[in-house]
Amino acid sequence: METRQKEKTPLLEVRDLSVSFRMYDGSLEQRRLEVISSLSMTVYPGEILAIAGSSGSGKSLLASAILGILPANASTGGEMYFDGQPLTAERQRKLRGGDIALVPQSVAYLDPLMRVGPQADGHRKPRPTERRRGLFRRLGLPEEAERLYPFQLSGGMARRVLVSTALITDARLVIADEPTPGMSLDQALEALTMFREMADQGRGVVLITHDIDLAVAFADRVAVFYAGTTVETLPASDFQTGPQALRHPYTKALWRALPQNGFTPIPGFQPYAGSLPPGCLFAPRCPHRTPECEMAPPPTRELRGGEVRCIHAT
Amino acid sequence: MRLEANHVSFRYDRRGPWVLRNVSLTVERGERVALFAPSGYGKTTLALLLAGYLQPTEGQILLDGRPLPQKGICPVQLIYQHPEKAINPRWRLRQVLEESGQLREDMLDAFGIERAWLDRFPRELSGGELQRFCVARALMSGADFLICDEISTMLDVITQAQIWEVVLAEAARRDMGLIAVTHNRHLADRICTRGLDLRSLGASEGL
Amino acid sequence: MKRRLNRRTKVVLYTCLIALVVAGAFIAGAAIPDSAVAADFTSTRQPPSWSHPFGTDALGRDLLARTLKGLSISLTVGTVASLISAVVAVLVGIAAAVGSPRVDAAVNWCIDLVMGVPHTVLIILISFALGRGLWGLLVGIAATHWTSLARLIRGEVMQLRSQQYIAVSRKLGKSSGWILTHHLLPHLVPQFIVGLILMFPHAILHEASISFLGYGLPPEQPAIGIILSESMQYLSTGMWWPAVFPGAVLVGIVLLVDRLGENLRMILDPYSAQE
Repeated sequence: METRQKEKTPLLEVRDLSVSFRMYDGSLEQRRLEVISSLSMTVYPGEILAIAGSSGSGKSLLASAILGILPANASTGGEMYFDGQPLTAERQRKLRGGDIALVPQSVAYLDPLMRVGPQADGHRKPRPTERRRGLFRRLGLPEEAERLYPFQLSGGMARRVLVSTALITDARLVIADEPTPGMSLDQALEALTMFREMADQGRGVVLITHDIDLAVAFADRVAVFYAGTTVETLPASDFQTGPQALRHPYTKALWRALPQNGFTPIPGFQPYAGSLPPGCLFAPRCPHRTPECEMAPPPTRELRGGEVRCIHAT
Repeated sequence: MRLEANHVSFRYDRRGPWVLRNVSLTVERGERVALFAPSGYGKTTLALLLAGYLQPTEGQILLDGRPLPQKGICPVQLIYQHPEKAINPRWRLRQVLEESGQLREDMLDAFGIERAWLDRFPRELSGGELQRFCVARALMSGADFLICDEISTMLDVITQAQIWEVVLAEAARRDMGLIAVTHNRHLADRICTRGLDLRSLGASEGL
Repeated sequence: MKRRLNRRTKVVLYTCLIALVVAGAFIAGAAIPDSAVAADFTSTRQPPSWSHPFGTDALGRDLLARTLKGLSISLTVGTVASLISAVVAVLVGIAAAVGSPRVDAAVNWCIDLVMGVPHTVLIILISFALGRGLWGLLVGIAATHWTSLARLIRGEVMQLRSQQYIAVSRKLGKSSGWILTHHLLPHLVPQFIVGLILMFPHAILHEASISFLGYGLPPEQPAIGIILSESMQYLSTGMWWPAVFPGAVLVGIVLLVDRLGENLRMILDPYSAQE
């Protein structure tokens, strides 16, 4: 599968992305805070790439950066390509809502003054509502839901409406930012099955989630985020094989912390932007740390059909 | 000591639909109970009722046969799903912990709370760190029963394991009762002594 | 980043500037002896010159000195009236939000009543009933300006009361009074300050306009409204300076304070807080 994918042009390629914010530093001085640094990832047509990592690791910001909807006090560096062409601000404007669709993380993204039915149809061109009704049915939304306003929906229902807004488009790339919280397990499985079907039609899906079980069950590959960068990209099946198939010590720690595999946490916490360690970002918590790790950020290298940023990984 | 819900029903107003209907359950001290139900079955409402945040429309919540005390520190403490909403955004985190009555150093160490965090504001910490403060606050209050409403659903698995490790150790040491609302069966198997399905406890009108 | 002033620096500069102007007006008003604004019939109706930058009036009084003295009275009236008003607004707003539905209904009825009557008319009525003068004017302005801030505070407190951390605080054994002073009031401080500052220009303008109409301060007080009112008599004779300079100074102060309020509001608003 790996080699087959490598031959295709990537749908989305992000190289060395950095995102920083101008923030007030207590008093009158503003300073730059780099929250994403040297982040790289690739999405191929026909696959679901899951982005897994804890809150504060920059997952949602990545989605905003790809779509060009970061707040005004943010600035970005690095390169992004969609369909092999550089993704400029102008192209982002043209593509978002069309070729690139977002399932936003917050229910607050729904227009509070618009009934959810027409809202899911989209304003841009009238689409047959039959298709949307079918989507609503599959997502377990009752028929009368389309006539409700967002404030009348429960959290789980609103989440399903958000998912339907992206599924109804013909977007070639769907970025789903935490699409499942609030849904019951059945509903979450149904929503992810629908993403899977989209991918099987040759489209690309980026699934941002902190729920590793779901990510592993539906994604082809998983990019593991830590403190604003990717530490490992691996085939999802490696997670099922066990820790010996995993490459980065952080990924192994995630695996061991799952309730079904030991529930043993490593100590410490993810470092904050502004006080990142100089070398490997995971070094302060890493059991295999050597003085070398603290010298410089480790480069990305290919290993056993995946990519890892750790000088000791074998 | 036991916490019980005695034929509890709840609705928000007299003409509204029933959120919970005739639910009964008993949790003894030292027990750890996982509460399951599909979304819309009133899990959060039951958690709020058990901790005394809401008053049942019918039936009673009893602690050792008596209603929950209305004044003073409640022996049943609830921990919410979203820590950022359960902490005053204008307070420094030291104040948040001191609100529980006493700031226990050993608890800070157990949760890996850096001393420097105490002087920060909530927006400067991530959700995982804030949830440690919420759990620490509830434990420091000296509660006998802890109601955990999806407290680790929004957290990464390492933080989840870190927090539960402390909660379980403290619960065992103080022989606390614990009710955990969760949808994660693996997690429930890990942390609880028994599981309860809300659908079997009483009829309720789910959405 | 260094070259362009960011918003916080700007607000600090504005604050300093306004503090200087306010302090200047107060000190000048207090320091200028009454002899400086005494009638001097040897130099009546002088146009602006180096010895009388704002000119003199029909009684030969120096208009710059009168304007400064008047400004100091205006500032006192504005500060005291808006302070009283803002405190009333906070108390009433909290009472409406925390009290029984009946209290809430009564407060809302009051707010609608006060807002429904034009301010100028209401201030004139109150000021007249209290025998005019400084006291009547103060009460009149204070009694009419609290409504919109009270509404804002009421909404804010209602929203705060439903917060989870307030519920948690109660279950940690905290009393209502403790929650009020530790959770609610600190949240209201920014609303209070911004509301107070934005109320200030209104209060000053109302003071000037009511005095101008003759229902406020007595004519012997050198208030801006009085000066403007007097100037009307001579405007047709070509004496433009008694109207223009005091008027411009008043507008200048009002604009400065208004700018400060807007800037503060933007800084306190979380959506633009990092700009």
